[in-house]
Amino acid sequence: MLKIKDLHANVDDKEILKGINLEVKAGEVHAIMGPNGSGKSTLASVIAGNEHFEVTQGSIELSGEDLEEVSPEERAHKGVFLSFQYPVEIPGVSVTNFMKTAINESRKAKGLEDMPAKDMLKLIREKSELLEIDRKFLSRSLNEGFSGGEKKRNEIFQMAMLEPKVAILDETDSGLDIDALRIVASGVNKLKSKDNAVILITHYQRLLEYIVPDFVHVLHNGKIVKSGGKELALELEEKGYDWLKQETAV
Amino acid sequence: MDLKDKLISSFMAFENNVDVEHPVHDVRMAAIKNFEEKGFPSKKEEAWKYTSLNNIQKIDFSIFPKEDNALEYKDVKRYFIHEIDTYKIVFVDGIYSSYLSETTHDGVDICLMSAALTKPMYKQVIDVYFNKIASKDESLTSLNTAFSREGAYIYIPQNKMPKKPIEILHFSTGNEASLLLQPRNLIVVEENAEVQIIERHQSLTTNEVLTNAVTEIFAAKSAIVDFYKIQNDAPTASLIDNTYIDQKDKSHVKVHTFSFGGKLTRNNLNFYQNGEFIDSTMKGVTILGEKQHVDHHTLVHHIEPNCESHQDYKGIYGDSSTGVFNGKIIVDKIAQKTNAFQQNNNILISDKASINTKPQLEIFADDVKCSHGCTIGQLDEDALFYLQSRGIPQKEARALLMYAFANNVLSSVRIPELKTRINKLIAKKLGVNLGFDL
Repeated sequence: MLKIKDLHANVDDKEILKGINLEVKAGEVHAIMGPNGSGKSTLASVIAGNEHFEVTQGSIELSGEDLEEVSPEERAHKGVFLSFQYPVEIPGVSVTNFMKTAINESRKAKGLEDMPAKDMLKLIREKSELLEIDRKFLSRSLNEGFSGGEKKRNEIFQMAMLEPKVAILDETDSGLDIDALRIVASGVNKLKSKDNAVILITHYQRLLEYIVPDFVHVLHNGKIVKSGGKELALELEEKGYDWLKQETAV
Repeated sequence: MDLKDKLISSFMAFENNVDVEHPVHDVRMAAIKNFEEKGFPSKKEEAWKYTSLNNIQKIDFSIFPKEDNALEYKDVKRYFIHEIDTYKIVFVDGIYSSYLSETTHDGVDICLMSAALTKPMYKQVIDVYFNKIASKDESLTSLNTAFSREGAYIYIPQNKMPKKPIEILHFSTGNEASLLLQPRNLIVVEENAEVQIIERHQSLTTNEVLTNAVTEIFAAKSAIVDFYKIQNDAPTASLIDNTYIDQKDKSHVKVHTFSFGGKLTRNNLNFYQNGEFIDSTMKGVTILGEKQHVDHHTLVHHIEPNCESHQDYKGIYGDSSTGVFNGKIIVDKIAQKTNAFQQNNNILISDKASINTKPQLEIFADDVKCSHGCTIGQLDEDALFYLQSRGIPQKEARALLMYAFANNVLSSVRIPELKTRINKLIAKKLGVNLGFDL
């Protein structure tokens, strides 16, 4: 489904990603772990098409299509979703209206009519229940004055609404208390199917107890230095990242 | 003959139609003398450095309009906040339209300046308030004072509040090739009284219109005044708005200025805090395109201790539009414990658009909190990426962000239907089609 080959990316002429190879198939959950500054968030942004980063080499393919010339909004229409580590506040635009706009823009791109209001309301109700989101919350301005946990829950709500093929969750577990983490994780698990894939970007093994990955990759200094099954996450938790740094230095 | 000479010679003709024995006429005569001495302000004056009235003075304006301009309500309904019931003081080409208006004398006076300036029952209020806070020095204010005859007169006695908001509307029909209007408003809100006013100037054709308006507002102890100015006029309409506000102890006055249109708009908004524990709020949203020009000059004079002032002006400038924000705050030596805040944020969305923004603080007290900030920038790229990553195309995402930027100022609008209307105007002005009703 998602194929990343020898991906190099720069920001302000500094190389952050130095040759990433990763293949994510439908139905799989991948976790990408690694120390601060290893390039995890950059990888997430580059997949979603953030033009702040310059891809200098390599390719990203979604279902066989090269995404090089594809804008962020078109990537979204094709099924890429990024749950942001720091979602942006948009005063004056409610969560509901924002989602209506996003869904109808995506439908427009596919040549479909706007979703009828009744269906939209039903969908919003269903998905907000999935994430135990209060109705009142939906009429608030997007992310404005939301707590860290509310922001993250709202990100996953958006994911539920947009039903992406590939969802990248960037540090979705940070800033969540245990109850919020459980709700968010259970939401993601319910959204998981054999037709979509999830990439979890995280620092800690904690989230992986709730959303169990099929593969774990360790990113260090812009490269994937080790891949394995879910037990690799446990190993990292136990030993930290230092041993990896030494191993790769050798 | 240039416009100044024409105005001065017209003053004699004007005198044929007003009661020259009335004490107000002495005020008018002093005012025309001041205007004659000073004339139109030029760009050489600091306060008019970025706004030129040269082109306007070349237009041969009619000063006394014809009186036969009937408008059907259905043709102008959309300019009213028609979703709610309001009192209405409506003028067509400067002439009061009783047909379109709804005035009242039921416990409050919501009626006409022409009545207030002539009828004995209003004489006491006129004696105390008329031309008392308006500048006797500023030439365009004097010009208005000289020709003052018509406008809105609003008097709210102690502890009263009108049952509904008041709309003041000025339509111009294009019956004249070019028309000069000089409405004069007096608003007196007595102790513990409250009023909400919405004002709009609307030209209905592409004929030239220049409005030189003066509004005096007196807010007595604990009075509350909300004043909303909607400036979304035709591209051939210019407005010079001179608003003077006198506040007494514990009064709260908010003025919102929504500038979305017109050819040239100059807002001179002046607050004088003649008491303690006063709150003065000025908010503005300016969204311009084409060659439009808006100049906001605000003044807050903190005369007594323990008062606050809040200014928040947002501007979005496209095409070749130009903007000015000049915010002057004076804190007198005795005005300790003053809190004065001023914020002016601007986004330029075209290389040809420009904004001149200038805070001007004169602080003579030492125990005060004054802050000011002005920014001129582009849109936040991170926010743009966030919206795009949700499938919203870049153009719509930009519009949505600008909408959010401007919309932020609206939280203090207390009439929900007005807020909705302004939201829609903002969305329309920015070309946002969000696929939902704002």
